[in-house]
Amino acid sequence: MNQAIRSAWVVAIGMFALVLGSLTFVQFFQAEDLTENPWNSRQLYQEFGRQRGALLVDGRAIAESVPSNDQFNYQRVYNEPDLYAHLTGYYSLSLGSSQLELAETEILSGTDNSLFYDRVVRLFSGVDAQGANVELTIDPELQRLAFDLIPEGQRGSIVVLEPSTGNILAMASKPTYDPNLLAGHDTGVIAENAAALSEQPGLSFYTNPATQSLVSPGSVFKLIDAAAALESGRYDAESQIPNPPALEFPGIEYSLPNFVAGGCASRPTADLEFALEQSCNTAFAQIALDLGEEAIQEQAARFGFGETFAIPTDVVASSFPSDLSEPELAQSAVGQFDTRVTPLQMAMVAAAIANDGQLMKPQLVKSIRAADLELIESPQPELMQQSVSQETADQLTDWMVNVVDNGTATGAQVPGVAVAGKTGTAEFSDVGDNAWFTGFAPADDPQVAISIVMENVDIPTGQQLTSPSAKRLIEAVLNR
Amino acid sequence: MSDVLTVPRSRRTVELFLLLLALAVAVGANYLAGIGREEPLGDYFWSQAITLGVMSLFIHLILRVKAKYADPVILPIVVALNGVGLAMIHRLDLSAAQVNPDFVQVAPQQVLWTAVAMGSAAILLIVLRDHRILRRFTYISLIVSAILLLLPLTPLGLEINGARIWISVGFGTFQPGEIAKITLAIFFAGYLSTNRDLILLAGKKIGPLQLPRFRDLAPMAAAWLVSIGVLIFQRDLGSSILFFGLFMVMIYVATSRVSWVLIGLAMIGVGVFVALELFSHVALRFDSWINAFAPEVYDRAPGGSAQVVQGLFGLANGGLIGTGLGAGRPDLVTYANSDMIIAALGEELGLIGVVAIVMLYVVLVSRGIRAALGTKDGFGKLLACGLSFTIALQCFVVIGGITRLIPLTGLTTPFMSAGGSSLLANWLIVALILLISETARRPAPSAPMKDSFPEALGVSGKPKKSAKETTR
Repeated sequence: MNQAIRSAWVVAIGMFALVLGSLTFVQFFQAEDLTENPWNSRQLYQEFGRQRGALLVDGRAIAESVPSNDQFNYQRVYNEPDLYAHLTGYYSLSLGSSQLELAETEILSGTDNSLFYDRVVRLFSGVDAQGANVELTIDPELQRLAFDLIPEGQRGSIVVLEPSTGNILAMASKPTYDPNLLAGHDTGVIAENAAALSEQPGLSFYTNPATQSLVSPGSVFKLIDAAAALESGRYDAESQIPNPPALEFPGIEYSLPNFVAGGCASRPTADLEFALEQSCNTAFAQIALDLGEEAIQEQAARFGFGETFAIPTDVVASSFPSDLSEPELAQSAVGQFDTRVTPLQMAMVAAAIANDGQLMKPQLVKSIRAADLELIESPQPELMQQSVSQETADQLTDWMVNVVDNGTATGAQVPGVAVAGKTGTAEFSDVGDNAWFTGFAPADDPQVAISIVMENVDIPTGQQLTSPSAKRLIEAVLNR
Repeated sequence: MSDVLTVPRSRRTVELFLLLLALAVAVGANYLAGIGREEPLGDYFWSQAITLGVMSLFIHLILRVKAKYADPVILPIVVALNGVGLAMIHRLDLSAAQVNPDFVQVAPQQVLWTAVAMGSAAILLIVLRDHRILRRFTYISLIVSAILLLLPLTPLGLEINGARIWISVGFGTFQPGEIAKITLAIFFAGYLSTNRDLILLAGKKIGPLQLPRFRDLAPMAAAWLVSIGVLIFQRDLGSSILFFGLFMVMIYVATSRVSWVLIGLAMIGVGVFVALELFSHVALRFDSWINAFAPEVYDRAPGGSAQVVQGLFGLANGGLIGTGLGAGRPDLVTYANSDMIIAALGEELGLIGVVAIVMLYVVLVSRGIRAALGTKDGFGKLLACGLSFTIALQCFVVIGGITRLIPLTGLTTPFMSAGGSSLLANWLIVALILLISETARRPAPSAPMKDSFPEALGVSGKPKKSAKETTR
């Protein structure tokens, strides 16, 4: 009988061995696949159950996790949601996350490598894991002012940069939304709210219009043409460019006109200063035709076109089209046709000219701070590239000051301060125009570079909402 | 009869030392489960610690007096398993209470059941001087088993989740089938130890297979009928497998005939086939095992695979070292504190922790088998081996089901899962194995006394299991 008992034991041990094997298979070899399975809500619960770090503006939380009495333990709350929605994005149970909530999620949730030491200390001290805080470069008063300068119901964006560092001082867009609507813990309610937000005209709540919507730049693109002209060495302040009322193209029925009511008509030929001052289309179109598509494209790329980058939220690449016919090149060179830019891109152009031609990488994060606010990391200003030579930058600055003093951007004048600027109007036959201002001040010691775009407005309204708004922002910065 | 010898030493002090270790594990786990959720030293902490501590020391003292040669490892292992189970049930209570303030906690009741189960084991140790007395109740056990198995089918019975295996006993529910497991083991041990010579020697030999006579197949047929009956009338696949496994191993041990095992496996094959054809719930379980990750299977109700898949997610989340007690989300798995408690433990204690638990079972089963090898009477051998093997089989069915090695069947993890009847039955099994191990390890006073012992107790049967046996 004992032999049979031993056999029974062997069978029992065999069953245990199978079980140990399958446990090892599941918990060790299969673990990663199972963890990533879309039905596995554990990661989500784990992530949402942690005290996520806050997004801070000037020491105040614009997004924070507060204790809640449900199974997630914490609820994400957005303060001044309308003002900061496009920067914070949302952190949602069913929709994922966006903008800074997405870009800085490892820092906020405390899983970033830079927080490793902090985690180890917490592990041994038995304190709950906590995410780190992210402090923004945003100036809250400037942000509020920029936000208020866009009228309710108007689609538009304002970006304010510090040229020497690339720090983003304000970045506001309308229409906006309340991310709290998407941050609840009831997925049914989130779905309803998301559907309602999707209905809202002009709003795409998962993108930041200032960095992710591409719009026609119109005449502000002429800054890039002028830069290309100077950099090519074939044009200088003395160069005279033919300035006909309209540019004809042989063989086709298209002509590119100058703005009818503008001052261009007063001169049959123009130097670059005058062409910029009065925003003469035909002059710039001819420069582009002379330099060629590649030269313009090249100059645009040196201002950051054609490149996606992270600030740390994603910025969509602005683009200058390629393989153009002559009429298309002429149109593209004055910011029409398929030329598309983000509001941030045009602020970068102004900032690069302001900063002696050096383009600093735009930055939205000032510092990473641990839960106890101890400084962990603070991003240093980073040179993206040399966009133009210092001489070209100086020359462009002089011309841009002239635009504000005598030309199309007089509304941006600030008493006692030399303001450099350029306006733009991208024309669409059907939906109204895009009104632009881009510039910087003070011209001799730039503190601020600004890009303003108001979409689908008539020309007088557009003028009212751009240059005068720039003036208000410059005053606000200089009076800080 | 026994060719296994142990140096006759009491080892009760070893047991005491191991017991303190087991209590440290159990109480420590409970402390960790409470930490960070509420004040860890709450009422429950003390009730768990005191119940386990007092009751296990009580049993230890009984063993010192009544069965001082009993195996010293069994009691500490069982206390550790029971204690860790209590800690996990408590930890799951805390999660549930957080979501639903009206949630009635399971753990305090389980502590009460632990006290009842350990108390019953203690009483059995005191009352039952020697396991061989049970042999007198061979046929009574059969009748008791039948009654216990039929109880859920009477008006007293309750149907929960499609299985009719519970009865209502005033303050709660009880699974008589758990106790029937013991009484059936007693019946089979008694029947087979008495009749094994007849079964062995009669019958035709066809090729290498020695076929038993038809009428000797009767117990086998009874076992098959019980298993299939449980499956059909109570719709409880797990218990049915367990009963059948119990009979199979006991018949094999009694006869040493592989032919019997083959016949048994063939019969269970027929049973499974019939069940698959006839009962949708069995077929659904099978399907949700094979196609667990198919979307239409996942959400199906009833018979969906969500439970097993969520259990796998839990195990995966635990990984190698686990999330730590209280830091995972085992509450996302349905029946985390009973059928799926291994998934909960795997998540929070990791592969390392759950392997440690499985190793405790391995040692426990091995010590039970060791008792079977060591004891000198056939009845004791069969009983100890059958009961120990049942524990192993139950672990296999449960953990194999959770890890998707085999289809998931609703069975408790011995000593750990929430549920009073299972705990009580398993503690009674422990008491029986302890008693058998006592006879296995006790120094024989003299040869004649050993052989005359059964008659002295008035047990019918064949005391002198002959010289032929010892040569085997």
